[in-house]
Amino acid sequence: MKRRSLLAGLAAMLAGGCSKLAQSGTGTSLLGAVEGWNRSLHEVLGRRTALAREFSPADISPFFRGNGSTEVAGKAYRVHVASQFVGWRLAVTGLVEYPLTLSLAQLKDLPQRTQITRHDCVEGWSAIGQWTGPQLSTLLDLVRLKPEARYLVFHCADTLDGAPYYESIDLIDALHPQTIIAHALNGQPLPVRNGAPLRLRVERQLGYKQAKYLTGIEAVASLDLIRGGKGGYWEDRSGYQWYAGT
Amino acid sequence: MKRHALTTRLWHWLNLVCLAALFMSGLNISNAHPRLYWGHWGFAPEQAWLFLPRFPGWMTVPGHYSLAEARLWHLAFAWPFAFGLLLFMLAALVNGHFRRDLVTRLAEWRWSAIRADVAKHLRLDFAHEETKFNFLQKLAYGLVIFIALPLMIATGLAMGPGMDANWPWLVDLFGGRQSARSFHFLIAWSLFGFLLLHIALVLLSGPVRQLRDMITGGGA
Repeated sequence: MKRRSLLAGLAAMLAGGCSKLAQSGTGTSLLGAVEGWNRSLHEVLGRRTALAREFSPADISPFFRGNGSTEVAGKAYRVHVASQFVGWRLAVTGLVEYPLTLSLAQLKDLPQRTQITRHDCVEGWSAIGQWTGPQLSTLLDLVRLKPEARYLVFHCADTLDGAPYYESIDLIDALHPQTIIAHALNGQPLPVRNGAPLRLRVERQLGYKQAKYLTGIEAVASLDLIRGGKGGYWEDRSGYQWYAGT
Repeated sequence: MKRHALTTRLWHWLNLVCLAALFMSGLNISNAHPRLYWGHWGFAPEQAWLFLPRFPGWMTVPGHYSLAEARLWHLAFAWPFAFGLLLFMLAALVNGHFRRDLVTRLAEWRWSAIRADVAKHLRLDFAHEETKFNFLQKLAYGLVIFIALPLMIATGLAMGPGMDANWPWLVDLFGGRQSARSFHFLIAWSLFGFLLLHIALVLLSGPVRQLRDMITGGGA
């Protein structure tokens, strides 16, 4: 019985201790450091520039689940939906030589990439869908990043619990060939639940990085001054990892 | 010579702490989406092969539902778990623990020998003077150390989309990311089953001495 009570005690200590430790400064920074180790491990075991697997049309999930925000509140967005987003604009701003504002039609006129990829939610589920849109690198060629730009911030029209959604990626992901600004899912205009009219696809990272309802892309040198400073809505709110490749 | 080498003892207790933290934070993560699927994808009830219960707070780390915090714990303890296992394996190769105690002999795989061993176990007769472990022990420890624990690492890595881009063969090995997730869950509970059996057998075979030897190393 001694062993069992020892184990039970250990488990209880661990559970209680963990919560306390996680709330302490050192606990949080130690746990936070692990995110960097995981990114380094992925870089040691492989390359961040590797291509995510692309599937065949037969593998596509019959329905693509929407999660998080599944629509944007407010009359303005409903008007956009009714008019098939003819008035929607995507602004590319920040540390760029030539700031640019693009309509949906202009984005569709750029060279397009179509890819069938697996979407992995942090909760654990996966879905396979076909995404179409211009590569982010094409947009960056047009606006010309300034040398001090290190991250791209994606601003969104949706809010969750009163705070606007946003996300950010580094330049390795921004220039990756599979990073696209998708306007179509499975050959159809992006459904509202999946982020109409525009969403980021940064394959090789979890679902919360795939920002929906995009209104702007901002090039920045640091994420510290953007909203909560951790580079994304869920990162700020709950402490999810900014590098979501794990 | 000590009954258990220092490296074995250190790893044994480190591994217990890691597995407890990984298992309990894993149950918290499971609560985020309590369904399992086979293949590359799955998200809806009709695709699931198993519906999981909601694991209560006393079983999880942290004790309240938090996917973000549980992931931090899970990914943090994965490091000492994985590298601890690697170092223990190397030490067991070098100090002869593997060759001397864990490798099974061909003769032990004979049906009559296995049957005799099982019968002996059922009589709760654990005396085996000639070797340190009997066949069933070697089989159990061998399966855990060389199959189950490495599979936990492999299925865990296969769930990371960044890893999958680099090692697609790893995902294929398990038949897709959702299959890897299912295996991860099944093997985790198998390890919990092993823990219960392990504790039961320690209790039945002189728990004070067993526990003392795993701490001090024990006599020759």
